[in-house]
Amino acid sequence: MHRSDPLDPRDRGGPAQPLLTVAGLRKHFAVHGGFLNRRIGTVHAVDDVSFAVRKGETLGIVGESGCGKSTAARLLMRLIEPDAGEVIFDGDPVGRESGISVSDMRRQMQLVFQDSYSSLNPRMTVVESIAYAPRIHGMKRAAAIGRAEALLAKSGLEPERFARRYPHELSGGQRQRVNIARALALDPRLVILDEAVSALDKSIEAQMLNLLTELQRQLSLTYIFISHDLDVVEFVSDRILVMYLGQIVETGPVAAIYDHPRHPYTRALLASKPTLDPDRRATEPPLAGDPPSPIDPPSGCRFRTRCPFAEAVCAEILPPLMAADGDPEHLVACHIAEAQTSKAVHLA
Amino acid sequence: MADAAISSTAIPAAPAAARPVVGYWRNVGRRLARDPVTIVVSLVLLGIVCIAAFAPLVSTGAPFEGSVLHRLAPIGTPGHWLGTDEGGRDLWTRLCYGGRLSLLAGVIPVMAALCVGGGLGLFAGYAGGTVNSVIMRLMDVFYAFPSVLLAIAICGVLGNGFGNAVLALSIVFVPPLTRIAETVTAQTRRLDFVEAARASGSTAFQVMRHHVLPNVLGPILVYATSLISLSIILSAGLSFLGLGVTPPRPEWGVMLNALRSAIYVQPYVAALPGLMIFVTSMCFNLMSDGLRSAMDVKLDA
Amino acid sequence: MFQFAVRRLLLAVPVLFGVSLVVFALVHIAPGDPIDLLLPPEASPEVVAQVKALFGFDKPLYVQYFLWLRSALTGNFGVSIFNAQPVLGQLLVALGHTFLLAIPAAFLGFGLGVALGLTAALNHGRWPDKLCSAITTTGVSLPNYWAAIVLVLFAAVLHPWLPAQGIWPDGVPLLGQLRYLVLPVGALSLIPMGVIGRFTRATAIEVLNQEFVSALTAKGLTRLPVLRHVCKNAAPPVLALMGLQFGYLLGGSILVETVFNWPGSGYLLNLAIFRRDIPILQATVVVLAFFFVILNLVVDVAQAAIDPRLRR
Repeated sequence: MHRSDPLDPRDRGGPAQPLLTVAGLRKHFAVHGGFLNRRIGTVHAVDDVSFAVRKGETLGIVGESGCGKSTAARLLMRLIEPDAGEVIFDGDPVGRESGISVSDMRRQMQLVFQDSYSSLNPRMTVVESIAYAPRIHGMKRAAAIGRAEALLAKSGLEPERFARRYPHELSGGQRQRVNIARALALDPRLVILDEAVSALDKSIEAQMLNLLTELQRQLSLTYIFISHDLDVVEFVSDRILVMYLGQIVETGPVAAIYDHPRHPYTRALLASKPTLDPDRRATEPPLAGDPPSPIDPPSGCRFRTRCPFAEAVCAEILPPLMAADGDPEHLVACHIAEAQTSKAVHLA
Repeated sequence: MADAAISSTAIPAAPAAARPVVGYWRNVGRRLARDPVTIVVSLVLLGIVCIAAFAPLVSTGAPFEGSVLHRLAPIGTPGHWLGTDEGGRDLWTRLCYGGRLSLLAGVIPVMAALCVGGGLGLFAGYAGGTVNSVIMRLMDVFYAFPSVLLAIAICGVLGNGFGNAVLALSIVFVPPLTRIAETVTAQTRRLDFVEAARASGSTAFQVMRHHVLPNVLGPILVYATSLISLSIILSAGLSFLGLGVTPPRPEWGVMLNALRSAIYVQPYVAALPGLMIFVTSMCFNLMSDGLRSAMDVKLDA
Repeated sequence: MFQFAVRRLLLAVPVLFGVSLVVFALVHIAPGDPIDLLLPPEASPEVVAQVKALFGFDKPLYVQYFLWLRSALTGNFGVSIFNAQPVLGQLLVALGHTFLLAIPAAFLGFGLGVALGLTAALNHGRWPDKLCSAITTTGVSLPNYWAAIVLVLFAAVLHPWLPAQGIWPDGVPLLGQLRYLVLPVGALSLIPMGVIGRFTRATAIEVLNQEFVSALTAKGLTRLPVLRHVCKNAAPPVLALMGLQFGYLLGGSILVETVFNWPGSGYLLNLAIFRRDIPILQATVVVLAFFFVILNLVVDVAQAAIDPRLRR
C-alpha cells in the first residue's frame, strides 16, 4: 500500500521514480591477525546488493545477525565508505558531480540507531540534541529550539516536561522518541530505522510502531525498516528484503513473502517463528547449526552449506535474483526455486 | 502494511520530577560542595595560594635580607616565628615567597602539557588509523623514560633555572596526558551519538567541539589535577638537586636542600619547607580524588 | 601467544632506538663544551685537539652517534671523562647498589600497598577504608626526599638509632649492613606503597562490585574464599602496575640516594650531570631507560599470558 500524498516540493522524478536505488553495493573488511598483523582474511559484509525503495513505502530488511543489514544502513548514509556500488537518490547519483553531494543526501535521508542511550550525547539536553543538526546547517538558535520542541510534541513527548531533560533521565521508549524526533529535524524524506524498536519492551514497541506509522502518514515519509523480528517487519512493511551473509536472497511484497516464501532460507526463517498453535508444534529445528562466518564465505550460493536442497550447481554458480512464480515483484536467488517454478510452469 | 488499530501515541506516565533539572557540570559542582574533604582541602589550598600571592603583605621580614649572626634560630624566636634559615633570613617570609615559584612550577607545566598533550591526544583519538599510530608510537619513546629520570636528564642538559625546570616538566607530562586523552577520545568516538552527529552533516571540527570534547574533558581534568601534585613534588625535587631554581631565590625545594645540613642544628626548622611541599601536594591529590568521585557516579535521576 | 611476544619485542626495537637517539641528542645539545671542564682555559690548541680526538668530539655528530651506538651494543660505553675508568664497570657497581635499595623497597612497598588496598576495599565506606586510603594518599603525596630527611631526623639525629648516611664501609657484618639499609629503603618504599595501595583498592572495589561475587556469596561461600576469588581477578592489573613501579624505583631513586649519599646509579647520574661527564651520563640514562622498556615488555607479555583478551 503506497501513500498517495501530494508531491514534496523537493521531489524530482515524480511518484514513479524510486526514491532510493542501490546498485551493486559492496563492502569488504580486512581481517588482520597472525604474525606482523597481516591480512589473513576478508569479511564479505555486503556483497553486490541492489534494490530500490519506492516513494512513500516501507521496505523491511530481515536477516540473522551478521547478515550485513546494519552495515548496509551505514553504507547508505556514507558513515562507511563503500568499496563499490552506486546509490541514487531520487534520480541523482550520490557523491558524483552530476548528482547530489553526500551532505545534501544526508539532509534528505536520516538514520535511527538501535541503542537509544548511546545515540544521545549525555551532556546535551534533549532539545539541544534535536536542535543540533538544524543549527549547524545555519538555523538560528531560537528557531531551531522552537522546531525541536515542535518535533518533540509530534513524537509524543510534551515539550514543557521533556525539553530540558538529559538522556539519562528518560526511559528507553522516551529516548527512542527523542531519537526519532532528532532524525526528523532536518525534514528528511527517507528514514532508515536500524533495529530501532528491538531493544524496547513489547508494549513500548507497539506504541513506537504506531508512532512511526502516524509520522509516515503525516510527513509523507519513506522508511527502510531493518529488524530481525519477523512479526514486527510483517506488521510494518510493504515490501521485504531478506538478506543472508551479505547478499539478498529474496525480495517481494510482504504478503507474497510471508504466504509463499520461495527461498529455502526464507522458508526456514519463517518456519522458525515460535507459535502458540498446539497443532503446529516444531519437532526439529528448521535450520541446523550456526550461521557460517562472513569471513571467506562458501562459493556459489552462500546458503548451500545449510540448505537441504543443495545441488552441485549451487556450489558453482552464484544464483541471480530472478522472478519466481512469474511475479516480477517477487524475486528469488535460488537455482532450486527457479527449477521448481519452471517445472511447475512446464507441468501446468 | 496490515491495517492495525492505531492506538494513541500519548506518552506513558513520566517519572515525577518536581525539582529543577541541572546541567552536568553544575551537578558536579554541587557534589563537590557537599563533600567535606573537598571543602577542607579547597580552603587549605586557597590559603596557601593567597599567602604566596600576597607574600609581601603577610610576611614578617624580607626574603633576601638576613644576618648570619642570627642564622638557624629555632621556632618561636621573637620576630621570626618560624625561625631563620642558614643565611639568617626569616623562614616564614621565605616560605611565603617561595610558595610563588613552587606553585607556579606545579601548575604551569601541567597546563602547558594539557594544551599540547590533550590536543594531540584528542586529535589522535578522533583520527584513528595511521595518524593515531604514528603519534602514539612517538609518545612511546618518551614514555620509555621514568618521569624523574627524564626531567633530570632534560634539566641537566638545559641547565639550571626556573624556566628550564618548567620546560623540562612540561615535556615530561605531555606523553601521559596524550595517552589518556587518546584513550578517552577513541572510546567516545565509537559511541552512536557521535556517528549520528556525523550523519547529520557536521564537520569533524564541529563534532569534536560539541560532542567529543564535553564528554572527554572530565577524565582528563581529573588526571591533570593529580599531575599537579606530582609536578609540585618533582619541581621541588629538581631544585633540591640543584637543577631548578638556584639560591638565593626562595623556593621550597631549594630551601630544603640548603637546610639539609642544618638538620643536626635546627631539625624542625630544616623540615619546614618539605612540609609545605607535602601539604600542597596532598591537597591537590585529594582534590583530584574528590573531582573523580563527583564525576564518577551515575547522576541521580 | 608466542606470536604476541615476538610482535611485542619487535615493536620495542624502534622504541629502544628512539631512546638512544633522544639521549644522545639531549646530551649533545647541551650548552657548554665538556672540554672546558677538563682542561684549563689557557691550554694550547694542540692539547685541546688531542683531547678532543681522544674522546671523539672532533667528529660530526651523527658519526659520533653511530660510533657510540656500535660500541655500546658490544658493551663498551667508553671511558669516564672525569676519572678515566671504564664507564660500564662503574655503572654496574652503581646499579648493584641501587638494586640493593630497590628490591627491598619494592617488596616492602608492594606488600604494604596490597595489604592496605585490600583492607580498604573490603571495608568500603567504613573507617578502615578511610584510614587506609589516608595512608596511601599520604604515601603518594609525600616527596620521598623530604620523607628521607624526616626519617634521618627522627631515627639518626634526634635519637641516634640508625646511621644517617652512606653505604657501609668495608668489613661490616651482615646485620650491621642491614642497619644502613633501613632508612633509605623505608623512604624509597613510600611512593610505591601509595600507588599500589590506591590502585589495589580501586581494582578490588571494581571486582567486588561485579555480579559473580554476588553469585558466589549467594551460593554460600564465606568471606575468605570469596576473597581468594577477588584476588585472582584483581591480580593481573595490579601485578602489571607493580612491574612499572619497579621501573620507577630504579629510575627515580636518585633523590633518595642523594639524601643518603648512597652510591647508586642515581647518585652517579647526579655527579655526571654536574661534572658534565658525558660518557657516564649517556650510559646511565640509556641503560636505565632500556631497563624500563624491557620491563614494560615483560609486563605486557605476562599480562597477555594471564588474560588472553589482551593479545591483540
